[in-house]
Amino acid sequence: MIDLPMIEFRSVYFSIEEKDILTNVSFPVPRGQTRVILGPSGSGKSTILRLLMGLWMPDSGNIFVNGEDITQATPERLREIRKGMGIVFQQGALFDSMTVGENVGYTLLEDGHPDEEIEQAVATYLAQVGLDPELRDRMPDELSGGMQRRVAIARALAARNPEIILYDEPTTGLDPQSAERITDLIIRLRDTMGKTSIMVTHDIADAFKVGNRITVLDRGNVVFEGTPGELNAANDPFIAEFLAPFRKAVAAATQRMEVRVPGQVPGRGDSGASRAQPGGAP
Amino acid sequence: MTGPRLRGPVFVSADRGPADYTVAVDALAAVGSRVRRVLEVVQDVTLFCVSVLRSAFFPPYYKHEILEQIHFSMIGSMFIVMFSALVAGQALAIQLARELAKQGAKSELGHFMVISSVRALGPVLTGIVVASRMSAGITAELGTMKSSNQIDALIAFGTDPMKRLVAPRMIGLWIALPVLTILGDTLSVIGGGFVGLGYHVTFQSYYNGVAKYLTPANLLVGMIKPIFFAILITTVACWKGLTSEGGAKGVGVATTESVVISSVGILVTDFICTKLIFRVLGW
Repeated sequence: MIDLPMIEFRSVYFSIEEKDILTNVSFPVPRGQTRVILGPSGSGKSTILRLLMGLWMPDSGNIFVNGEDITQATPERLREIRKGMGIVFQQGALFDSMTVGENVGYTLLEDGHPDEEIEQAVATYLAQVGLDPELRDRMPDELSGGMQRRVAIARALAARNPEIILYDEPTTGLDPQSAERITDLIIRLRDTMGKTSIMVTHDIADAFKVGNRITVLDRGNVVFEGTPGELNAANDPFIAEFLAPFRKAVAAATQRMEVRVPGQVPGRGDSGASRAQPGGAP
Repeated sequence: MTGPRLRGPVFVSADRGPADYTVAVDALAAVGSRVRRVLEVVQDVTLFCVSVLRSAFFPPYYKHEILEQIHFSMIGSMFIVMFSALVAGQALAIQLARELAKQGAKSELGHFMVISSVRALGPVLTGIVVASRMSAGITAELGTMKSSNQIDALIAFGTDPMKRLVAPRMIGLWIALPVLTILGDTLSVIGGGFVGLGYHVTFQSYYNGVAKYLTPANLLVGMIKPIFFAILITTVACWKGLTSEGGAKGVGVATTESVVISSVGILVTDFICTKLIFRVLGW
């Protein structure tokens, strides 16, 4: 039996008002793996997630979720397919008129589950992302940015226990410690719960740490596709230029660390720039 | 090769050269493009309105949200509607009482106050007051939700934003506006009665005029309008909020436009409703 990828983009083109956003984008995401979409701002990274959620439709090409082409799906079917995905939006996108508990239990409430079950699920999912269940009665704006992202991940998990989780710049704007916690959580969800995921980011350290495979976009074109190790070894001038600040920061931090503790790898908290070495991803 | 763009008359006569034709063609193209954009907006708003009505008429309903919206639009607007109606009713009564006194027809004050308040002033005043308050609130809320990806999050979690966000606001206003209009009419007429006392119009005489002309037909004229005002306010405010772009500044612009369009739209809708109702009733 052929093991179909959980998600697959096949020759996808997308434009807005005659401006090309994505050009011939193709990649698979096997079940239980994390694909990182990396690229500078405006390269079309978040568009990939919106297309995958069916919020936008491509001009041409196919997008498969669990073997089903979502570009051919009816709106009702699309709604069903979406139920198998959880998404963590940029800045969390928590419903600011609801409490933390209502946010996490949102889909359960929508599906008509009894209150006790929702209460229990909220406590479980909050604990799973490392938050105190007592926070359930707080409003989102009373939490720190990192906590808000973790609530957003808990909400995505609670959304009918999805097989696929999409992360849109989950660590942007967070302090190094909070970002570290979020990436650790993403890895844990993949490794312990077998979630298939796509993470969109412009943070190279996150990409190396989290991704099984990485796709690099430049102005809507795929300029690299491969493992973190292959990305680190790539000779392409764009890749070299894109990775240069990251490599420089790693080199500087390593040098500083070697002076202090010879042989120890620097973390993000040490350098403020990086917490992983190129190619050091799983 | 096209010639340089020249400033010149748009109209082209036989003795004019190619440059003038270019100016004319450019001008026509600009007008055509503008007309096309306006028609596109009209089409979008019409389709949005149909979608709003469909969402409001067919289940599922979000009961909690509907109750919240009724509370927000009715209780929240009650004081300001009552105060505005009382003040506007008294101002109207002063004008009417003076003119009627000149004609020796002060006893007709109740009659004129009912006609003016129940048929015209009450619904329009309530509509504009509620539109100013509600359209700003709705557009700002939905615009902020859109710019912070909350609308996309709703869709991603399988919720139809029309059902959850728009329909409850429409239903809430459908219930709140007629109630507020009745309240406004009542306060306006009562305010007129107090003004009448100053012009030696007794309460009894005023009451007789009010009772005589507070007919089902007059009430109907005043009660039909709020239903259309609710559709207008919800459609404009939600459409502006859901299509706002450009972050905080975009939401601010959309909110201002929403209030302006809703308020002017209420005056236009009032005119159309009045014309149609009069034709239907054969007045």
